[in-house]
Amino acid sequence: MAEIFLNGKFIGTVADPGKLVDSFVEERRKGKLHYSISIYHDKTLDEVQIESSRGRAIRPLIVIKEGKPMLTDRHIEQVEKGELTFFDLVKQGVIEYLDAMEEEEALVAFDENDLTPEHTHMEILPLAIVGLCTSLVPFGNFNQSTRLNAGSKNQKQSLGLYAANYLVRMDMDVNVLHTPQLPLVKTIMHDSSHYENHPSGQNVVLAILSFDGYNMEDAILLNKASIERGYARSTYFRPVVTEELRYSGGLIDEVSVPDKDVKGFKSEKDYRLLEGDGIIFPEAVIAEGDVVIGKTSPPRFLSSLDEYNLTSSARRESSMTIKHGEKGVVDFVLLTENSEGNKLIQVRLRDQRIPETGDKFTSRHGQKGVVGLIVETADMPYSASGIVPDIIFNPHGIPSRMTMSHLIEMLAGKTGALSGRYIDGTPFEAEDHNNLRKELASLGFREDGTETFYNGRTGEMFKAQIYVGDMYYLKLKHMVANKVHARARGPIQLLTRQPTEGRAKEGGLRLGEMEKDTFVSHGAALLLKERFDADRTIVPFCEQCGLVAVYDEYKKKSYCPICGDNCSVSNVELAYAFKLLLDELKSLGIYPKLKLKDKY
Amino acid sequence: MDDIYKEYEGKIPEGIIADVQSSLPDKVSKAQLKSIMQKVLEEYEKSRIEAGEAVGLISAQSVGEPGTQMTLNTFHFAGVSEFNVTVGLPRIIEILDGRQNISTPMMEIYLKEPYSKGKDIKQIAESIKQTEFRDFIKEITLEITEGKLDVKLDLEKVKRVDLSEAKLLKIFEKSVKGFTFKQNGDMITLKSKGKSENVNELYKLKEKLKSLYVSGIKGITQVLPVKREDEYVIMTAGSNLKEVFKLDYVDTVRTTTNDIHEIQAVLGIEASRQAVINEVNKVIEEQGLNIDIRHIMLIADIMSFSGKVRGITRYGVVSDKSSVLARASFETPIKHIMEAAFVGEIDKLTSVVENVMINQVIPVGTGLPELRSTIKK
Repeated sequence: MAEIFLNGKFIGTVADPGKLVDSFVEERRKGKLHYSISIYHDKTLDEVQIESSRGRAIRPLIVIKEGKPMLTDRHIEQVEKGELTFFDLVKQGVIEYLDAMEEEEALVAFDENDLTPEHTHMEILPLAIVGLCTSLVPFGNFNQSTRLNAGSKNQKQSLGLYAANYLVRMDMDVNVLHTPQLPLVKTIMHDSSHYENHPSGQNVVLAILSFDGYNMEDAILLNKASIERGYARSTYFRPVVTEELRYSGGLIDEVSVPDKDVKGFKSEKDYRLLEGDGIIFPEAVIAEGDVVIGKTSPPRFLSSLDEYNLTSSARRESSMTIKHGEKGVVDFVLLTENSEGNKLIQVRLRDQRIPETGDKFTSRHGQKGVVGLIVETADMPYSASGIVPDIIFNPHGIPSRMTMSHLIEMLAGKTGALSGRYIDGTPFEAEDHNNLRKELASLGFREDGTETFYNGRTGEMFKAQIYVGDMYYLKLKHMVANKVHARARGPIQLLTRQPTEGRAKEGGLRLGEMEKDTFVSHGAALLLKERFDADRTIVPFCEQCGLVAVYDEYKKKSYCPICGDNCSVSNVELAYAFKLLLDELKSLGIYPKLKLKDKY
Repeated sequence: MDDIYKEYEGKIPEGIIADVQSSLPDKVSKAQLKSIMQKVLEEYEKSRIEAGEAVGLISAQSVGEPGTQMTLNTFHFAGVSEFNVTVGLPRIIEILDGRQNISTPMMEIYLKEPYSKGKDIKQIAESIKQTEFRDFIKEITLEITEGKLDVKLDLEKVKRVDLSEAKLLKIFEKSVKGFTFKQNGDMITLKSKGKSENVNELYKLKEKLKSLYVSGIKGITQVLPVKREDEYVIMTAGSNLKEVFKLDYVDTVRTTTNDIHEIQAVLGIEASRQAVINEVNKVIEEQGLNIDIRHIMLIADIMSFSGKVRGITRYGVVSDKSSVLARASFETPIKHIMEAAFVGEIDKLTSVVENVMINQVIPVGTGLPELRSTIKK
């Protein structure tokens, strides 16, 4: 007696589970049951699991009966003529969708050559084993699976033409690559996904070479001339958005150049780019601190006293300014209304991004790296034929990662560039790289892809032959311009008087617990104290009761709120955070009494 | 000559003086010896830790950093089931926490000659292993309707464990007082003596019988004789140092366990200090790491100086800290602060953590020396 579960819930038992599964599958192939419902007999637990829930990954396979695929040449002809669609084939039981559970019982053939009578299914295409992004990795079947994962993840972060109508969109934090290209080495997925409509990289000449120490630890070197020619240039877009909010009592925000008597008025200079309507003009060059949209808000609290005061002066400044560390040009100004009928202003900022040291690049094989140095063209190594590579890649990145596809793509790209055609690098079905080698040799190059190279600075010939080729390289969205941060002094938190945290708040870089320990173990006591002086304060303490005393500015005299004037008060230097701790103890009902003593 | 040595007693450890004595050539003049001893003293002074060195923290860092590289693996002895040992980081944590019940207690039993050469090694190993009555039962059935318990013995096994059948039956019979005992070949039938045919009682008896101690040393669940260099050693899973020491063929000098608390109970605090060092060192060597033994020695000293092994936990050595703030900054701050408040504790701010908290100079390294001068009156 096998138990039957529908979406994990027990619904009954069956005497012959095998027969149930067979008839279920048969009905499904006839189209009487929905193709996404799956059934699986777990023989160890003797349970039948039927799943129709959402969120299961299902994938199509060709049904095999007695070692013969159900899909015939006639079907393919009909599909080509448009007489049949893919889903007609599913309805006819030629193609079946399996989920992970049902796949457990299936024996799936890789292709027709592998078919035996035991097989139940066959791949529609070997490439269908991997997903969309992964099938964009040329020669991917030569790689370790982890590298394929990394390669396809990297592609998702690459800059390109993400949408053709980007000029009329208001996307947050997007980049557009200036001159994207189609890859020289393609897979059939590039064609069927219309990659030409949204390409996201550029073909470069890549040499595998060490260069001083500047490409250690996966760093890459860029040719300065390539950058000057426009390689990997991109534009960064970021909108500044605000709206005129309505408050209770008919009060409303007002977009305008703020009056001088507004609370929190910045300075004339900060508002200089605003036009009469309080909004910045397009193509204005802006930098940190500049106001983009001038705005004032009504006072926060209306007390009875304030109502009789001068009302206009009580308004608060609430303009939109450029954040710390940002710069750019105003690209587009949009005035509209939001769903509540409030006035909505969107200003899109644009910033050209020229590749610089620290920007992240990758090939399509999980070989990501950061620019370590931009090399003067005169210093770049060059080949016997005068070719100067655009990028120099470190050879140490290859052996441990075993990304063979990276090396094959270089060779294939080189052949493609020289013969003027696209190379098919579809995983499992790519052009034979041995043929590519022969073709390269017939084009007058060494068949292993290496070339004689010369040191750009001395003109000496390198003793080793250098592997060069053409590759599709991607610029990733992680650019230093969005990440650099350092601070010597700056804003502090209100509560703890310690530096703020994070780049957006111009925060400090924390010297944490373990870093503190290194100071202690070096015995650097005074340096440690100095480092932690950020929240140093001098607090008057009553020597009698050991609690915080008060300093009266008018009388120029300290007194203790508990013991009164008849006690001596001393100034104590301590961390403000410790004073907070004492306050917190007091709130717990604990009396933290400081016993003071002269230090020397 | 001796008076020169005497002069340096107390300034240089005895061991070093003895080393000098033994390695000196025969012909050495008094003046030469004097200058040699002076040099030795200088070297000795130079190699000593200076005052104000944060030795504890450096030890902590020196053990902690390699700890990040350790793998969390469990090592298995090939071929023997259920014979695995906690190693790596979990084991280090276990030792330094001073756990009472370690996850895999183990012993290494060294034997006296001729047993160490392999004489009767299998029998000895088997006799150490704790056997329970269940090991000799083929079948045990509870007849509810008749109110009796049938036990079928596996007499083959009895022979293997160097145990006479009669002896086994004696142990058996002793433990079933209050029940009638009837033997018929390898079949034993038990019946309740009283009138009440209490099935419940029979069931309890059945469970009790299964775990009835028969022979061997309590606590030792697995034995494995292994050849180490040219002698046989018995490795065991489970540990009982006291009982093993009672066996006359055991070399009590070298036999050891990985249970530090057991060593403390049997051999005393000095031995358990050494056990901490050995056990930590064992893990470090297994992992192919290198930590200076003196860091581990310092930790072992801290753990054992009070006279009993205590872990580096909030209940152990940390609770000894005199400063409330230092204790509160380790774990469970509210508990420590509340308890200090109840008794009105005073924090003298003499140690590192407190002074970091209030941002004062810490009494370590350059923060230790102070300038003092007396003003003439």
